Amino acid sequence: MKDQKKAMSRLWGLAILLAILFFSSFLWGRMPVSPKAAAGILAWRCGLPVTVSWTDQMAAAVLNIRLPRILLAMLVGGALSAAGMTYQNVFQNPMASPDILGASSGACFGATLAILLEIPAVTTMAFACSLATVVMVYFVGRRGRGSRTMNLLLAGIMVSSLFSAGISCIKLVADPNSKLPEITYWLMGSLSGAAGEDVSFILLPLLAGLLPLLALRWQLNLLTLGEEEAASMGVDTKRLRLLVILCATLLTAASVSASGMIGWIGLVIPHLSRRLVGNDCRYLLPASILFGALFMLLVDDISRTLLAIEIPIGILLAFVGAPFFLHLMTRKGGWA
Amino acid sequence: MRISVENLSFSYDERPVLQNVTFAAGEGEVLSVLGANGAGKSTLFRCLLGNLFGYTGSITVEGQDLRRLSPRKRAKKIAYIPQSHRPTFGYTVLDTALMGTTRHRSPFLSPGKEQEALAWEALARVGAEQLALRDFSCLSGGEQQLVLLARALAQQADILVMDEPASSLDYGNQLRVLQMARELAAEGYTVILSTHDPQQALRFSDRVLALAEGRVVALGEVGEVLTRDLLRRLYHVETEFYMTPKGAVILPEVRE
Repeated sequence: MKDQKKAMSRLWGLAILLAILFFSSFLWGRMPVSPKAAAGILAWRCGLPVTVSWTDQMAAAVLNIRLPRILLAMLVGGALSAAGMTYQNVFQNPMASPDILGASSGACFGATLAILLEIPAVTTMAFACSLATVVMVYFVGRRGRGSRTMNLLLAGIMVSSLFSAGISCIKLVADPNSKLPEITYWLMGSLSGAAGEDVSFILLPLLAGLLPLLALRWQLNLLTLGEEEAASMGVDTKRLRLLVILCATLLTAASVSASGMIGWIGLVIPHLSRRLVGNDCRYLLPASILFGALFMLLVDDISRTLLAIEIPIGILLAFVGAPFFLHLMTRKGGWA
Repeated sequence: MRISVENLSFSYDERPVLQNVTFAAGEGEVLSVLGANGAGKSTLFRCLLGNLFGYTGSITVEGQDLRRLSPRKRAKKIAYIPQSHRPTFGYTVLDTALMGTTRHRSPFLSPGKEQEALAWEALARVGAEQLALRDFSCLSGGEQQLVLLARALAQQADILVMDEPASSLDYGNQLRVLQMARELAAEGYTVILSTHDPQQALRFSDRVLALAEGRVVALGEVGEVLTRDLLRRLYHVETEFYMTPKGAVILPEVRE
């Protein structure tokens, strides 16, 4: 099959690019590290016998600062775009993004509350609030009359605005000298200060979300046809939707709680991936994950190396991504 | 009988939409469902497809109660060809046909070689092989209907439920799709289709089920039950039936 071969080769292309960028990311930063040294440090960390040709500071920069950050960027980017793609299919809506059921605003509310009350576990709090928000949206949306999808989306928008108001309230009462800047910075989204714990914290929810989605990815295609058609072809739509929404929510909640408000990537990357490999989720889901990881890692590399100070990745993503997206949207040939 | 419906009743918010509908359809026949807008055709189809469960009465497919079947088992018995289909995201024709094979494998698996062969075979059956790599949404209405038919064939269910298969097609494609329905019935499928055109029902189906306000007003061989009186009752119009050697021609009356 010609199309499938093309999609497959593009998937490989993405994987190879990601591997190259992954390795190069260790080299960039305030402390220059040669490729040989970086490879040596990584090999040494994996327990391979190599002669030491680097300084301790280099090893510390590569292993303690860059490695967790690189891993986090890839995980968050891949997870958010997988979640976005999934929501787009479930809601049959190309405009759906990971924020759609309130996962982002819930996480942000949790994080700001944790900062205000000086609870140290900001990430955990954000994660818990995010899940709680989506569960709330889900149950409220289910009780409404008429179209379930519409109710869920409306409930998501309403609950999101409720939490935005909550965040504003917290900002209002937060100490403008210490807590307010911290809150603002968190909300902008940033991977700075990523540590090994952050990676291990989100790894489990990410795997729990991604593996079922990957296994069920063929059926994700059928969800775009609507419930009745999908059911007529043997899809248990009720269970599948619930399971898939749960997975996508886990992905979003974990990502946003580790990195702040950058759910935006989950709208754009799936669209770019659709252009690249088509809409068949057998290829689209892996492509979204790889592309998301690649894009996020690239933007994060820029955000930590471009200027002497760190540019919050949320800002940079919007500055880099939005014009790019608009260009693609308006160029000849449109989306096809 | 392959599928039998007994005393099927359904209400939306206490407004009865179907009342004591009873009929059956067997191997190798085309059953046309006639009725004015709002007569309950769509609701009947939604019940047959297992999308509405709040009905009373029973639907039995090959001896099994439809309500007790899982979606996957239901899909093994009944395939659905929707009236029109506007996908949110574009899929190729081959992928569209391949979706019909979903029930053959566990939900956790993607279609394999066997399923792909089935999809190709089904496309070939409706003569849409050469469209396989094109985007479904770029096809003409007639081609789309054929591909949806192929999708249902790839599902390998014995009963085909077609919701107004001819409604959005040009005259030639209408006839081609209905001709295909006839051929499939001759191969042993049970085809249940809804239509708004009594002439087509007369020409292409074996039996007719007529619904008015949710009740069965006629059920039987098409030549016997499709009459002036039935059309007056269903649509409140006057018609003339002219007999020709190849069957009746229905002429609607024109008031000057």
